[in-house]
Amino acid sequence: MINGYRIGEGMLAWLFHRISGVAIWAFVVLHVFDIYLAGSNPGLYNDLLGFYASPFGRILETLLGAGLLYHALNGARIIIMDFWPVMTRYNRIMWYICWVIFVAVGLPVAYVILKPIWGA
Amino acid sequence: MSRYSRVGRPKPQGGGLELAIWYMMRLTGLALFVLALSHFLIVHLVVDPSQQSADWIQTVRWSSMFWRAFDWLLLMMVLFHAFMGVRTVVIDYTRGGARSALLMALYLTGIVLFVIGTMVVMTMPVVPKA
Repeated sequence: MINGYRIGEGMLAWLFHRISGVAIWAFVVLHVFDIYLAGSNPGLYNDLLGFYASPFGRILETLLGAGLLYHALNGARIIIMDFWPVMTRYNRIMWYICWVIFVAVGLPVAYVILKPIWGA
Repeated sequence: MSRYSRVGRPKPQGGGLELAIWYMMRLTGLALFVLALSHFLIVHLVVDPSQQSADWIQTVRWSSMFWRAFDWLLLMMVLFHAFMGVRTVVIDYTRGGARSALLMALYLTGIVLFVIGTMVVMTMPVVPKA
């Protein structure tokens, strides 16, 4: 409940899709630029890579991966409903399926990305 | 808000450019489901980021034409999808002169990234795999 409104799954799905989308866009702007640097200024690129591979950088990478995975799964859900409208009836159950896949795929990936922080 | 509650942006009625963009968002989205997710898995799981120096890009990753083509295709898909997506966000929250200015800045940024991204993936000298 926010301001007396019940927040439904569909609205949360839309909100998370928008937030993750804008965040991925911001990283894409940075990432195309850093790869451009790999060609034109390798030293500066390597410095930035040092940040990406640092513990704080790995936490940001994990968040980026989470945003990307959610956006991809929910995007697939949107495409299914756009081109197969009868599936709109199952929009909630499909959203829950997205989260099951998100956790099943995301947790092992997050573990691999983060484990160098504690030296595993 | 209800028009967004179950599905994504409603399909524009009346055809034209807006409908073409709506279809392209879904087409590039489908491509990115494969390209962006596999890209993320490769550069975060298969190879640790700490090993991906500028030298690694040139002598390992981009010694293969396949990966240069893969990365350029990913660049094309992501630039369209990300910039047209943010365009929808800008149009949703702004109007008048601010909207025009932001959209112009957005398109300019997209064009710059198209140019520098294409340049680096196509012109970095090829070092054949040892």
